[in-house]
Amino acid sequence: MTDDKARYQPSDEVDFVIIGSGAAGGILAKELSTNGFRVVVLEQGPYLTESDFSHDEIKILQEDLLTNHPKLQPNTFRKTPDEKAKPQRVLVYGRAVGGTSNHFTANFWRFHEIDFVERSKVGPIPGSTLVDWPITYADLEPYYTKVEWEVGVSGLEGASPFDPPRSKPYPMPPLPTKSNGVLFERAARKLGLHPFPAPMAILSQPRAGRSACVNCGFCLGFGCEVKAKSSSLASMIPLAEKTGRCEIRPNSYVHKIEIDSRGRAVGAVYFDSKKNVHLQKAKAVIVSANGAETPRLLLLSASKKFPDGLANSNGVVGRNLMLNSGGISLGVFDEQLNDYKGFAVSRILHDFYELDPQKVGFYGGGGLDARFDMTPVNFAAGAGLPPNTPRWGKKFKDAIAHNFTRTVEIFSHGTSLPKEDNSFSLDPDLKDAWGLPALRMTYKDHPDDIKLAKWLNEYGLQILDAAGAKQKWTYPIEEQQFAVHLLGTCRMGADPKTSVINSDHRTHDVKNLFLCDGSSFVTSGRGQPTLTIEALAFRAADRITALAKRGEISA
Amino acid sequence: MPDTDRSSSNPFDRRTFLTRTAAGLSAAWLTSQWPAMVSAATHAHSAVANPAAAKFEFFKPEEAAEVEAIASRIIPSDETPGAKEAGVVYFIDRALVTFASDSQSAYREGLEEIRTILAEKFPGATKFSSAPPEQQDAVLEALSSDNQHMTASRRNRPNSPSQPFFETIRYHTIAGFLIDPDSGRRGNKDGVGWKVIGRENSHIFQAPFGDLDKNYPGWQPVDSEKK
Repeated sequence: MTDDKARYQPSDEVDFVIIGSGAAGGILAKELSTNGFRVVVLEQGPYLTESDFSHDEIKILQEDLLTNHPKLQPNTFRKTPDEKAKPQRVLVYGRAVGGTSNHFTANFWRFHEIDFVERSKVGPIPGSTLVDWPITYADLEPYYTKVEWEVGVSGLEGASPFDPPRSKPYPMPPLPTKSNGVLFERAARKLGLHPFPAPMAILSQPRAGRSACVNCGFCLGFGCEVKAKSSSLASMIPLAEKTGRCEIRPNSYVHKIEIDSRGRAVGAVYFDSKKNVHLQKAKAVIVSANGAETPRLLLLSASKKFPDGLANSNGVVGRNLMLNSGGISLGVFDEQLNDYKGFAVSRILHDFYELDPQKVGFYGGGGLDARFDMTPVNFAAGAGLPPNTPRWGKKFKDAIAHNFTRTVEIFSHGTSLPKEDNSFSLDPDLKDAWGLPALRMTYKDHPDDIKLAKWLNEYGLQILDAAGAKQKWTYPIEEQQFAVHLLGTCRMGADPKTSVINSDHRTHDVKNLFLCDGSSFVTSGRGQPTLTIEALAFRAADRITALAKRGEISA
Repeated sequence: MPDTDRSSSNPFDRRTFLTRTAAGLSAAWLTSQWPAMVSAATHAHSAVANPAAAKFEFFKPEEAAEVEAIASRIIPSDETPGAKEAGVVYFIDRALVTFASDSQSAYREGLEEIRTILAEKFPGATKFSSAPPEQQDAVLEALSSDNQHMTASRRNRPNSPSQPFFETIRYHTIAGFLIDPDSGRRGNKDGVGWKVIGRENSHIFQAPFGDLDKNYPGWQPVDSEKK
């Protein structure tokens, strides 16, 4: 914290206003301010720091310290466009400086080559709008490396035979192996599979004034008190502020991108914490508000010139939503595993990254990890206990006393097929606490996503079996109605008819409007999107810098 | 706006983990892992003292006795501490004037409902807290019988005023038993809930963590590790 942090007036026309300070916004802010541009970041949530974080589950689960507020920002849900949507909480995302990177699990898998060219490889899939990316793995590889070295990722190069090529090893070794990692590794090898140390965006060694992980155990859902988790807050935001050219402005809820008579963005209109309205002027606008709020903001910015929403002349904004399919199987062991200590994941496997549709009868692929990511209250309230465990009384107490230190989760993560009707849009009736139309989710999994989730989950049970679980069960695989990974809703593409942004992240319709976050995705990958969001952000910063330096943005 | 309300001076929200510096971890390890740790660890231990005075902010004493009796059937005291020893009733009392204030009437109505069920089942009985354990369990069976379908969720927010009262008090009892004892919410007194489930009360752990990683030699490639 220095005194020479940049401060701008809304009336100052800065070079870039960035909406959102999370995985993508934090990187864009750091890169663009480092490149000499004047930047204002508008973040709807508060500016918390490590000393505000805590292990208080009530603060996290009930008071939404780090995340969107379901009461202030209600949602609606429907399965198909012909239904009337009903109020229902549909998503959770980070709502604080640092965004979702504050509280994520920090699984940092790269996409593989296949993820960018899958449509060409597998052909058309009925009921899906699957297409190739306009960029390839090779285009993004330098940026994956950049993320790993700049934010700090632990991992072991060459440990997985399925890994795509990389130009540089990880900057630091993997985190310690947990007991569930040992158990997963032994069982998976028994089954002929290839488990390997999980790449994690958590420091295994001190780095850049940040601590290594101290294994506190409150990781998924919680902010890191020692800056070991490589959030934008810990890694990027301080560097952006240090340039003296970047202002992070919290409690600033953007609800409109202002457009001039030429159809150019002139800035972002936002509510401050007192609900006063301001226009932050800028030469260009970058929206990194996540795969739900980015399309919502474009739709909220409808005007005479853009009656269906900004950058939405083709009606694609908000569509092709992908959530990643997956499931959870659980087991209880005799051994004292104590996996409540430490980060969530230490072993994963990618043997099923590319399943053969001819063999399995459906399209898709994914990965598995062993973890324990439940905090005590969440575990005992029901999330961690076998079905039919008494819910109160002595037997309930005995179950939590025995199982808490002996339970393992096997998570499966997989592809999600894009469908035109799966979308985020504006609810026609329900309003949020600021009087803005609520976010409406329309979603029904592609049948192949369900088949994949079941297939992977079965494998999770097999691994638990091979590992000697005394008891095992699985959460039912049901059609998803709750979103954490928010992908594909303003997708990138060469064809302006079927995509929202080009490969420079510039919207096809508005020359000085850029979008970069999970909404930019064309395919879903195999379930761990953040590293790819961040690689796209580093790449977008390069592209946008080049355009700006050539005078091709504001001219 | 919750966003702007960051003025809480509650010392337990702060980095109380600094005071939990884990006896038994080597100083060399701490220094190597977290250079800031060693100096920070000298920070006063005094902040940990639990101020939970035996005073209620919401319940009348007779209501508190009923709530404590219910919580004690949900997590009974036996060879190990239960809801009573963890001070769950104090947690719930504070919950009802903080994050769960919209459940106040659910508690008042719920306690009334319990009294009604008790009197119907066991004529003459008036107070849940004076009934023998078998009668208490029978009342809670009746109260919770409709809720068996309520299954686990990873993202449960089991604090809705519209849910059955038993679910609310069950969740609050569990939370009051297992909440971080440093959270300042008057639950999990002296960390007894965590002791019951085998969770060490520390903010810092050093590998090995459990039985299986203790003698684990580390990841090795296998010959078959070829595609």
